[in-house]
Amino acid sequence: MYDPTVARLTYRALLGRRRALILFVLPVVLIVISVAVRLLVGADDAVANQVLGGFALATMVPLIGVIAGTGAIGPEIDDGSIVYLLAKPLKRPTIILTKLTVAVGVTMVFSAVPMLIAGFVLNGNSQQIAVAYAVAAVAASVAYSALFLLLGTVSRQAVVFGLVYALIWEALIGSLVPGARTLSVQQWALALAEKTAPGAGITSDVGLPVAAVLLAVVTVAGAWYAGRKLRTLTLAGEE
Amino acid sequence: MTTIRIDHVSRWFGNVVAVNDVTMDIGPGVTGLLGPNGAGKSTLINMMGGFLAPSTGSVTLDGAAIWRNEQVYREIGVVPEREAMYDFLTGREFVLANAELHGLPDAGEAARRALATVEMEYAQDRKVSTYSKGMRQRVKMASALVHDPSVLLLDEPFNGMDPRQRMQLMELLRRMGAEGRTVLFSSHILEEVEQLASHIEVVVAGRHAASGDFRRIRRLMTDRPHRYLVRSSDDRALAAALIADPSTAGIELDWSERALRVQAIDFARFTEQLPRIAREHGIRLLTVSPSDESLESVFSYLVTA
Repeated sequence: MYDPTVARLTYRALLGRRRALILFVLPVVLIVISVAVRLLVGADDAVANQVLGGFALATMVPLIGVIAGTGAIGPEIDDGSIVYLLAKPLKRPTIILTKLTVAVGVTMVFSAVPMLIAGFVLNGNSQQIAVAYAVAAVAASVAYSALFLLLGTVSRQAVVFGLVYALIWEALIGSLVPGARTLSVQQWALALAEKTAPGAGITSDVGLPVAAVLLAVVTVAGAWYAGRKLRTLTLAGEE
Repeated sequence: MTTIRIDHVSRWFGNVVAVNDVTMDIGPGVTGLLGPNGAGKSTLINMMGGFLAPSTGSVTLDGAAIWRNEQVYREIGVVPEREAMYDFLTGREFVLANAELHGLPDAGEAARRALATVEMEYAQDRKVSTYSKGMRQRVKMASALVHDPSVLLLDEPFNGMDPRQRMQLMELLRRMGAEGRTVLFSSHILEEVEQLASHIEVVVAGRHAASGDFRRIRRLMTDRPHRYLVRSSDDRALAAALIADPSTAGIELDWSERALRVQAIDFARFTEQLPRIAREHGIRLLTVSPSDESLESVFSYLVTA
């Protein structure tokens, strides 16, 4: 269910685009902010929570997820180069699962790893805050990748829809409408963080069992449906 | 022997019918799929390549359905019309990746052989993004040949190629056909098809207009009534002289154009007689231009022939 050639092509396509610059810029911004906050405020758990929860998990992880998830397949479908993968005796789910693996890997490397570093910079992992947010970022990376990979498979405006979800639904509507938080990858990931670092001031609106089930459902359903869509993807030509 | 069978296939997009009840068999040798732009050629090739489902009917490869059957790609090589490739790869990396995706036991050797076949070894280490249109076409060709397929589908392969590259590709396709492969290419240019394919399938407005030996179809095209717009120093005298000749079926004096509209039924004789008649009557020919030479009109004629 994994093809190394598909993975190599996806990695190179993802990291070779100009859009990939954001992948490098956002983690650098996070670490620069963390260093500045540590120098100005000192080690403070509440501030660490704000930076890691309010900026990193709420904004940076979904943005990186959008770039990696949609970028792993969307551009190939848009420009038609996907034909070189489809015209091969390769099972479609293999193509999707390989691309999902790459998207998850890229999202984790560019979000979970810098969040762990930022957590240590901010308060030296006091109360396990750095580890808790890194765990949340890992879980969110998987769900976001599956969700945005599916978007990249079904829509040509995947990046726009992804940004709308990441920035408007997760960040804006989630903060104004309490019910919307139940359907938020960010809140599901926070439930994991809360469990990892109890008493560290991390709170989620969703209980851990529900969060774990929803994370699994979104990931599996997203990958399954993307594979199904790829199987019946039509390339209409230029007529 | 590998044969693609298109059996009573129609394909529509919303209210638009792109392919209308087409039935044809594509067997070994080189077949040209000829038709004007928008005739449904790409739609047909996409269905033969398994990238589009027929709305009705079936497309099969030696009896096996092509749509949603990735195993057919062991036999089929596809050269798409679209330009997009993995531009960040070198030509060699691109062909090698295609060989690996086919799961070939010695992908490196298969890629080397395919690049040699299209004579692209000299530029194989350059990025695809630096290639000319013709070079891209050849590398696409190498990627389609890398697994030694028995069927080769090419959508408008000569678009944008210079004459030398065109000749090289034609030679290569001729060779593939002579080896017993089923080679199908689409084109809207009559001369391309004439030079390469002995067998042609003509599609017009989504319908299968003609099928068979190129020479027979070419004769149909040549023998059809031709219309000409003629201006001369004395249109009335020329009209009177022309209508007396059996090569001409009708003449109309077009006042707005200040010209004659001539319908010729014997193409060869008319082209011979017109200058002779004009000279004999001391008339100067100012304009002689075919008024229905667009490919569309030729195809339309074929549909009704």
